[in-house]
Amino acid sequence: MDELLREFLTETTESLDHVDAQLVRFEREPNNRQVLSGIFRLVHTIKGTCGFLGLPRLEALTHAAETLMGKFRDGMPVTGEAVSLVLAAIDRIKAILDGLEQLQREPPGDDADLIDRLTRAAARRQSASCESRSEQSDGEIHDAAGLRNLAESNDTAGSIASQSIRVNIDTLDQLMTIVSELVLTRNQLLEVLRRHDESEFNVPLQRLSNVTTQVQQEVMKTRMQPIGNAWQKLPRVVRDLSTELGKEIGLEMDGADTELDRQVLELVKDPLTHLVRNCADHGIESADERSAAGKPRRGTIRLGASRQGGYVVIEIADDGRGLDTARIQAKALEAGLVSEADIAAKSELQINDLIFAPGFSTASQVTSISGRGVGMDVVRSNIERIGGMVDVKSRLGHGTSFVIKIPLTLAIVAALIVEIAGQRFAFPQLSVLELVRLGTEHRIERIKAAAVLRLRHQLLPLVEVKKTLQLGAGDDANGFVVVTQAGNQTFGAVVDNVFHTEEIVIKPVSSKLRHIEIYSGMTILGDGSVIMVVDPNVLAQSLGEVAAPRSEAVNDTVEPEPSSAQDAVSLLVFRAGSERLKAVPLPRVSRIEEIDCPAIEVADGQYIVKYRDELMPLLGFNLQARIEKQGPQPVLVFTEQGRSIGLIIDEIVDIAEEKLDVEVLGDRPGILGYALLKGGITEILDVGFFLQRGGLLGRAA
Amino acid sequence: MTEYVSFTTAGQLFGLPIECVQDVFTLGNLTPVPLAGRDIAGVLNLRGRIVTVIDLANRLQLDAGTDAGAQMVIGIERGSESFGFLVDRVGEVLSLADDDREPTPINLDSTLNVVATGLFRLDDKLLVALDPDRTLDLPNSRRSRSKDVTI
Repeated sequence: MDELLREFLTETTESLDHVDAQLVRFEREPNNRQVLSGIFRLVHTIKGTCGFLGLPRLEALTHAAETLMGKFRDGMPVTGEAVSLVLAAIDRIKAILDGLEQLQREPPGDDADLIDRLTRAAARRQSASCESRSEQSDGEIHDAAGLRNLAESNDTAGSIASQSIRVNIDTLDQLMTIVSELVLTRNQLLEVLRRHDESEFNVPLQRLSNVTTQVQQEVMKTRMQPIGNAWQKLPRVVRDLSTELGKEIGLEMDGADTELDRQVLELVKDPLTHLVRNCADHGIESADERSAAGKPRRGTIRLGASRQGGYVVIEIADDGRGLDTARIQAKALEAGLVSEADIAAKSELQINDLIFAPGFSTASQVTSISGRGVGMDVVRSNIERIGGMVDVKSRLGHGTSFVIKIPLTLAIVAALIVEIAGQRFAFPQLSVLELVRLGTEHRIERIKAAAVLRLRHQLLPLVEVKKTLQLGAGDDANGFVVVTQAGNQTFGAVVDNVFHTEEIVIKPVSSKLRHIEIYSGMTILGDGSVIMVVDPNVLAQSLGEVAAPRSEAVNDTVEPEPSSAQDAVSLLVFRAGSERLKAVPLPRVSRIEEIDCPAIEVADGQYIVKYRDELMPLLGFNLQARIEKQGPQPVLVFTEQGRSIGLIIDEIVDIAEEKLDVEVLGDRPGILGYALLKGGITEILDVGFFLQRGGLLGRAA
Repeated sequence: MTEYVSFTTAGQLFGLPIECVQDVFTLGNLTPVPLAGRDIAGVLNLRGRIVTVIDLANRLQLDAGTDAGAQMVIGIERGSESFGFLVDRVGEVLSLADDDREPTPINLDSTLNVVATGLFRLDDKLLVALDPDRTLDLPNSRRSRSKDVTI
């Protein structure tokens, strides 16, 4: 491509992105001359260059736009309509530029419609109020002044330009790859050095190490861009959305100068735009709805970015209606994403998290903005692909906020090196919450095949990585549990040993190993050996459809748990069939009866007893053995819709007032999950399941 | 004339065209990869590059299998990736006339038939000429410990 043309394209595209943001600001502050002259200058420059490069179509369009902008500068009132027109012109210019890039000449087409509207908008003012000639000439003086300003600002721009040069992105990427290798080699050298106490290489190697660190930092700096670059388009997006949706929406941005690697920036751009669109479309209510709820008519979307260690945290928050958990639940059920039983065991946080499930959408109407059921799952997978995580927090009626945590750079990440069956593996540090040493205080407990760990009054489902990797059976007594977060799932990964955290350069998994999903990459350690990087998301999948609470540590920092009093549930604790304690929520039990065994009859393989002039089906554990016993048997009676069933039990143990924190493990029918009651693991029975079984019988009879 | 790097694995003599062989090195510091098939010996670091080492005897489903003490690796580059064929012994480089290359016999097993470009009748042995790309592209062999993962 012609060097001049290429230069023109790069520069113009960059400035156009800038103009988008400026224009929205211009609409709000029509009297800000600085903003106006900035836009004017750009359009003017494009026009000038077009004439020079022989691009008639662009020239005609920019000329018309420039004329209108010139009128604004001369004091013509700025209307929303006129801004839309200028924006439309800018869009058209962009489209032509795109075509220009592909075809290397102006794409065919006609802009007469737009030019006509621009000219008419510019003329309207002249015909509407025929000003005196003096003002006309005044305007010309302005123009002259404008040009003088232009000349001056070009001077300053020139001096800034001479301070920087354009470098091809490929060169920077290449440089980064080489520096990553340099860091690795440095790490290897230091590892060798560690084995020799006294070495003449000691001092020069230390120096090499320092210089390498500096080079790494500087090279990373060249690739750093302020996150504001990814936000530039958003004011325009929000403006267009508010017009389209008929809502009043403002956008506030904070921390736009937070820098991150341009590769990461590119990858996070689309998810960010999507989230902002979502806030505007689903989050913010209409102005009337808002005033009815006692909120300001104008809704606000807040974007915030800040650096926390090796990560950048971006928050996208709106002050809209918040997530409607009940509606999400209904939609998720309707779409078949979860079963009733799953839902019952999920916390509000976990239900809200379902918005990230593939195929989920609560928009009752499919709009052009969102609600096509593609989106949030893509947002999450895109962010997870770059080693980040996204979470949603919501307060009904107060708003929703999405928090994204992404690494500053993709090339070098911190990893925890662990040992499993004598082999080392790397866990991405970002997903590691804490480490627990197994011993007398913390030990692995098992419920059938499911391994769990008690950690501060919570049951943590465990993945025995040794088994997952088919490296033999685990040793329950020794080792460590790496408390890991993947998505909204917290689990413990059981490993034999934990070494240290190391900065590693992740390389893609060999094409011959890519089918093994559990590895997300490979890396060379300081000692020169190659190890595999384990993907915690895939490890979490091996838990099956197990829902676990978020870790306490995360909850503490996010939002303190509400006092347990209101959440406490009365549980009837009893034994039936086995030594393990079982429990049902007390409110679900309508009566506790004693029934004489001889009164129990068998019909169609079902046990029935006459109870209050009705036949009541009986269920229980090891029923046959039970009813052969003599004497009265305790029976829990559950009633729903006028129909009762009885559950024969061995003995009632206690009534417990506890905050019900059920953990679902496995999918045994009739069991909701397990909870820690008074320090012991108790099975929480699913009353619905028993009612259903009894209900079937009732219909048959 | 084509030059072949000759090597033996599972008792069979093979040859790879010399231009596709990057280097020959002794196996060292190999990291096995759990869950990988039995044709993957593991991964190792060769001068800063990660090499995926393929156990050739297992990949070609040769009955005898690789010697337990197999130590020699023939390095091959493809695209941006490095691979290594783990073999029992690497022999000399042989210059063989293209005219002497004979088609593989009709009763040769299907795997070898896919990867072999032909046969050479040497004085005392038969040499199977291999195509490195086709050898790499063979479908992955079944997992060594093929039981499904259950937690």
